[in-house]
Amino acid sequence: MTSTTDDRAGRLPGSFHATGSSSFTEFLGSYAPGLLPGSRSLEGDASALAPHGTTIVAATFPGGVVMGGDRRATMGNIIAQRDIEKVFAADDYSCVGIAGAAGIAVEMVRLFQVELEHYEKIEGTPLSLDGKANRLATLIRANLALAMQGLVAVPLFAGFDVASEHGRIFSYDATGGRYEEQAFHAVGSGSLFARGALKKLYHDDLDERQTATVAVQALYDAADDDSATGGPDLMRRIFPVLMSVTDDGVRRLSQDEVADIADEVVDARRVRPDGPAAPLV
Amino acid sequence: MTAPFYVSPEQLMKDRADFARKGIARGRSVAVVQYADGIVLVAENPSQALHKISEIYDRIAFAAVGRYNEFENLRIAGVRLADLRGYSYDRRDVTGRGLANAYAQTLGGIFSSGGEKPYEVEIFVAEVGESADGDQVYRLTYDGSVADMSGYGVMGGATEGATAHLREHWAQGLGLAEAVKLAVDALSSDSVGEGGAAQQRTITAEQVEAAVLDRTRPQPRKFRRLPDAVVTRALAGSDEALPTEHGDADPAATGSAGPDNSGAAAAPPS
Repeated sequence: MTSTTDDRAGRLPGSFHATGSSSFTEFLGSYAPGLLPGSRSLEGDASALAPHGTTIVAATFPGGVVMGGDRRATMGNIIAQRDIEKVFAADDYSCVGIAGAAGIAVEMVRLFQVELEHYEKIEGTPLSLDGKANRLATLIRANLALAMQGLVAVPLFAGFDVASEHGRIFSYDATGGRYEEQAFHAVGSGSLFARGALKKLYHDDLDERQTATVAVQALYDAADDDSATGGPDLMRRIFPVLMSVTDDGVRRLSQDEVADIADEVVDARRVRPDGPAAPLV
Repeated sequence: MTAPFYVSPEQLMKDRADFARKGIARGRSVAVVQYADGIVLVAENPSQALHKISEIYDRIAFAAVGRYNEFENLRIAGVRLADLRGYSYDRRDVTGRGLANAYAQTLGGIFSSGGEKPYEVEIFVAEVGESADGDQVYRLTYDGSVADMSGYGVMGGATEGATAHLREHWAQGLGLAEAVKLAVDALSSDSVGEGGAAQQRTITAEQVEAAVLDRTRPQPRKFRRLPDAVVTRALAGSDEALPTEHGDADPAATGSAGPDNSGAAAAPPS
């Protein structure tokens, strides 16, 4: 009569009542492991199966952090989508941008969002920023088998640390290694060019809008030299997705705000196509 | 070896129901009141940390009376079920009715299974709709029966006085402050004085745990706890509009998770 198996007609199964875990991923692993993104295994190279997302940049400013992503997804030499969104709010005080196999990455972000909200509801308090960053590392690690088959998804995570009251950026590798970045970082195929631009343009005393402008400049430079990264599309009015996280929470910059910045950047590039020049010394 | 005495099923169920009812009657009551912009849930709960009212999903809230470990277990199961549905289908596919059904099956299963003691809990599952017509409140009892409430509801120990108070004073389209005050007044009328007459107690704002499902909230998550200050003002009968929460952002400019949602507000004011 003390059976704990799932044969108790009509009732929620035992995993729903198990105590001790506030993690949605752990619950999913015990109840419906098939729904976990990393639960499949493949043979051979699968990298050509799914479109790839490309460049994500992030930069801190006093009181927050800005993250931006271009809008292009590619499959080989084909542009698979020109208005894909690769930067998402993870919860109230953090956002995550994805580079790599788009399908895997989007699913990972969805799970990450539920994971954070689930913890918050069960515990009655949100995770710390480091806790969120570590949780994301676990999700990436679970995808290692698929990463070995070429379906790598590497996010960039940024958030406002309500404890220390400043913006922070975390980068990852495919094995789930978690690295805190100072000031700015970029990931994805155009990240080398973006990081070069960030180095020259970034100052630690910029405000939110100026930091967003730096992000758009960096994405422009990435698109300039990397065919997989899309620049601002003036004809279709498709501009990068920009998110800002401050103590007021996460906010997606409106289409008008981003269009303003992009128009400004593009206008200046008409005069000097390589972008603003940095002083020699 | 002696043969066990025969106990009729009627008697068995009655004994179990009496047991559960007695356990529930020991605790304080919870009231749910519909107001113009949604549903307000009010519990008498001196603890600031152990909640009787919680968020389950975007539009769904949970309130319970009875044994803490039992309803906490059901609450967590509800959050898991809702998040699982939302993750495998879509956020819009998570409904209060589905949750109430799952709770009913679970409570009913436990009640009628001979090997377990029945849960000593009662539960409200509230779901706020796009308009007042879409609001739903389900009341679930220890034996798995479900009742669909309209307008208001009370559960817990002695509910007659509170229900009578609400029946007399509740009207459609109450303001938030009025609804909070009405609910607290109702909870105050539960004790029975000498001679059987209903007696008013005084419940202070610090003893009240209150939360709303507010359909006007721009974020997808409509649940919000009411801080003590707001409850104090409501109890003082102040008619001035309650301040909106801090940090509301433009809903169109927000990602899938809105800023300043209940998580931040969930921490009780110290």
